[in-house]
Amino acid sequence: MKLPQFDYQAPASLSEAVALLMAGNGDARPLSGGQSILPIMAFRLAEPSLLVDLRNIPDLRGIEISAAGVRIGAMVRWRDILDNAQLKVVLPLLPEAIEHVAHYQVRNRGTIGGSLAHADPASEMPAVALALDAVIEVVGAKGKRDIAAGDLFTGSLSTSLSHDEIIVAVRFPAWPAARAYAFEEFARRRGDFALAGVAACYDVDAQGRAKNVRVSALSIADTPIRLKAAEAAMEGRVMDADAIKAASAAASAEVDPAGDIHASARYRKALVGTLLGRALTRAAARTAR
Amino acid sequence: MKPHHGAHTSNTYIGAHIERVEDYRFLRGEGKYLDDISREGQWHAAFVRSQIAHGVIRSIDVSKALAMPGVRAVITAADIEGDIPTIPFRRPNPTIGPYAQPIIARDKVRYFGEPIAMILADSPELAEDALQGVTADIEQLPVIIDCKSAMADKSLLFDVTGSNLASIFNADKGDVDAAFAAADFIIRDQLSTQRQTALPMETRGLLAEWDAKNGKLTVSGAAKLPFFNRSTMAAMMNLPETAVDYIELDVGGGFGARGEFYPEDFLVAFGARKFDRPVKWIEDRREHLMAIGHSREASCDVELAFSKDGVMLGMRGDLFLNIGAYVRPNGMTPVRNAAQFMSGPYRMPAIHIAAYACVTNKTPAGTYRGPGRYEGNFFIERLIDQAAAGLGVDRLEIRRRNLLTHEEMPYSLATVLPSDGRADTQCDSGDYRVCFDACVQEANWAEKSKLQGKLIDGRYHGVAIGCFIEGGASGPQENARMVLEKNGDISLFAGSSGIGQGIETILAQIAADYLEIPMERITVFHGSTNLLKQGWGSYGSRATVMGGSAVIDACKKLLALFRISAAKRLGVEPDAITIAEGVARLADGRSVPLAEVASDHLEVDGSFKNQTPTYTYGSAFAHVAVDPGTGHVDVVDYVVVDDVGRIINSMTLHGQVMGAAVQGFGSVFTEELIYNDEGQLLVGSLADYLIPTASDYPVVRCVSMEQFPSPTNPLGAKGAGEGGIIPVGGVVTNAVANALSSFGVQPKTLPLTPSRVWEMIEDARVRA
Ligand SMILES: Cc1cc2nc3c(=O)[nH]c(=O)nc-3n(C[C@H](O)[C@H](O)[C@H](O)COP(=O)(O)OP(=O)(O)OC[C@H]3O[C@@H](n4cnc5c(N)ncnc54)[C@H](O)[C@@H]3O)c2cc1C
Repeated sequence: MKLPQFDYQAPASLSEAVALLMAGNGDARPLSGGQSILPIMAFRLAEPSLLVDLRNIPDLRGIEISAAGVRIGAMVRWRDILDNAQLKVVLPLLPEAIEHVAHYQVRNRGTIGGSLAHADPASEMPAVALALDAVIEVVGAKGKRDIAAGDLFTGSLSTSLSHDEIIVAVRFPAWPAARAYAFEEFARRRGDFALAGVAACYDVDAQGRAKNVRVSALSIADTPIRLKAAEAAMEGRVMDADAIKAASAAASAEVDPAGDIHASARYRKALVGTLLGRALTRAAARTAR
Repeated sequence: MKPHHGAHTSNTYIGAHIERVEDYRFLRGEGKYLDDISREGQWHAAFVRSQIAHGVIRSIDVSKALAMPGVRAVITAADIEGDIPTIPFRRPNPTIGPYAQPIIARDKVRYFGEPIAMILADSPELAEDALQGVTADIEQLPVIIDCKSAMADKSLLFDVTGSNLASIFNADKGDVDAAFAAADFIIRDQLSTQRQTALPMETRGLLAEWDAKNGKLTVSGAAKLPFFNRSTMAAMMNLPETAVDYIELDVGGGFGARGEFYPEDFLVAFGARKFDRPVKWIEDRREHLMAIGHSREASCDVELAFSKDGVMLGMRGDLFLNIGAYVRPNGMTPVRNAAQFMSGPYRMPAIHIAAYACVTNKTPAGTYRGPGRYEGNFFIERLIDQAAAGLGVDRLEIRRRNLLTHEEMPYSLATVLPSDGRADTQCDSGDYRVCFDACVQEANWAEKSKLQGKLIDGRYHGVAIGCFIEGGASGPQENARMVLEKNGDISLFAGSSGIGQGIETILAQIAADYLEIPMERITVFHGSTNLLKQGWGSYGSRATVMGGSAVIDACKKLLALFRISAAKRLGVEPDAITIAEGVARLADGRSVPLAEVASDHLEVDGSFKNQTPTYTYGSAFAHVAVDPGTGHVDVVDYVVVDDVGRIINSMTLHGQVMGAAVQGFGSVFTEELIYNDEGQLLVGSLADYLIPTASDYPVVRCVSMEQFPSPTNPLGAKGAGEGGIIPVGGVVTNAVANALSSFGVQPKTLPLTPSRVWEMIEDARVRA
């Protein structure tokens, strides 16, 4: 569990970083918080010849809040998100979810860009990006492009990024005033990767009905997934106990999780429904206030 | 022998809440662990470990590794002349000989993680790089994973023995058939505990240095048993014992696993000697999980016989312990302990238990805090709660009726054969109902028991109480050398070793009280074989009792010499002198302080011999709340009350009890070494092996009593390092069963993972 040999560079600009990745031809990797890539290297599961540290690149920093929504730089750390009081108002689902990420030591270093690029299906951030229709801004040798969260995750620990592309920022559309939301997960110990989790939000119309429902789940498939049947069960309904029950049952019915050493498949399938039920109960209570 | 409660000392330290002397350096980051030391020109070792659980080694090709940068040598079995040495047993018995572990695999591999080669390189990184350069051609054999297939002899690990049973221990007492024939009620169940490891936070590490000129080997990184390991190493290396030293540094936890003699101990030293180079090895966490001793994989089919009013009449049945691929030095301890101590604190007139030690293709097992006792306690406590329900007797009452009383002491437990030298044992002192009643009080059972089975805010509440005994003060002897230094301070060299339990504090407290001088004037050195001629170490909850009693002996001898020296200086007969608070005085007012006789080079060897164990006993209470949606169990309250004979330091004592309880929660809920059917360990890091973290179990309350001192030693103390973990499995599981009583859930298997708890509830719902 000692690191294999690698070279290290910390360029000051995005273009230099992209050039280094280009030259590395798939053998060079960006380094952000290092909380995922370094353990992976210590386990000898990856042996990149070069790490391109993104710490000196100013373009990747900062949280911008405007009428159009929220833009968070790729190098923003979990700690920064939790410390930002405004985010609790303008994008409350995000900090609620990030509370569950790891322990404070890891939160002090881990970044939002690193998490999205790492694409661990058990991570909170990818599921939140999916639920909130986030857009990932990317720069590579061929220039800039935007990737919808739904198009980023292609499998466990794999994305549609090419090896020379760097995540620059994540954009979240503006948060409507009448939006209900909740994030729920269950982990064996506080801070562990969840056995399952759900992010849910919906807008409440004048009649009190759920509109634009978004439900996503983590730790239940190879990628974070939208729970479309649960969304359909909710869309247009007043979220009373019956509606919550129906959504919860739909969620359990539509997923097909795998079992592992931490939990059986059968348990995970039921757990998704239980967690969604709890999330929706909390979400409904929030709008009632 | 009567304990001297303050009789010989002003006794200001013993019994007090005293902060640990060693914490000053630990909290400042000044502790010195093995990885903190390095030697000029040292090589680093890394081990190639079998990825095949069972197979015949056809060939091992190391050529690629040898050609890699920084690689100095690769050792395989081919480099060992003659027979491959096997690691000796600490407690031999007639049948286990063929199952001893060879220090490297030559013809056959028997578990995933077994060492097949050692790389020596210029840095740990380069050594690890070279692991990929060794290829082993291994022809796979059918894999034995559990006791059932082991006992069916479907595949043999050791062809020479023709069996996968290393040993069968029989625990017997009274006429068990008659007891069952006369019984009004019999409860029988099949239960199991899972494979675990002790998981010291500091992984193993060794630094071996060969002094070619003097033919001397020095091994740093000793823990637990430096003197036994020294003689083991000397024998395997064909060296006189005096040519080997084991040096103990700070140790980041032992818990029974760290400090035993493992294959790597020999191989690292072998490399140092062969190449005349210091060789250092620090185990990484992944190999730690697959290589250090495992423990606790046990199952039972046992029944208890009762009279109609809940009096225990007898116990019989079988225990199956999966001991892994070899019998390690203390691999039989959990097996024989489970058989002997399953009756625990209860009056059990008739017993027949057979405990089978099954070899399988898993990492060889050893001891882990409360070895065999934790497993046995889980089994009997589960049976008792089920018996209480079946008999309609209250759960407190059924225990109180069967707990041993003061009048019955000493009380004989079952005899275990074949003997490993400890066939017979007796509970030494105490009234087990006293702790029990104190625990009932402290837990506020009268109020808490109203919650039984109640659903409150979506969670089912349950309570339980359980009882245990803990063996301590392992024999046969301990030594302590004491030197009066020039400035009048005392250096104390203890044969006991430090494994994080606070021995520097404890032994200094005892010495300070008996010498009647301030603790600050005593410095304790411990655990290295160059400090005193012979010592034993720290295992079986012995260091305080055995080491502390040896210190008392040393103090008495030192005071005797002081008296003589002072008498000479004052020109009087020794009898004329009174010694108090480190000063020798005469009636006429003349006096000589201890420091003044330092020029006489006062030095004494103290020792304490004792083969009679102490038995700390106690009761534990658990209140849990179960979330039926997630299967999560919250430990709402946990109380443990024990009687340790005599409290030396309430702070270190509660540290032991509380730490052990929390470690036990890890056993009940989260820790498990899981293998697949091919015998590969699926747990490779602490993200998979889930130990309790600081915030997981905030409520553990300990109460310690000292009503019944042990008659076995001058302190009256009893070993107390392990008791805290022993009752946890039984009492917490009974509390969960109690919480889920409306479903009729009866857990049989640990750990109680959320998944398993939820499935038990779900299956019960489907059945209903
Ligand atoms: C003990 C522990 C517990 C954890 N628990 C959780 C948890 O509960 N939930 C959770 O979500 N995470 C958890 N993590 C992971 C943690 O949040 C990581 O920090 C995060 O997933 C990755 O972020 P990073 O900045 O550390 O990325 P790094 O480790 O630096 O990089 C991760 C990967 O992304 C690539 N990369 C990094 N930045 C970029 C970029 N800007 N553009 C393109 N590619 C990039 C790297 O090349 C690498 O492949 C845990 C980690 C640890 C060590």
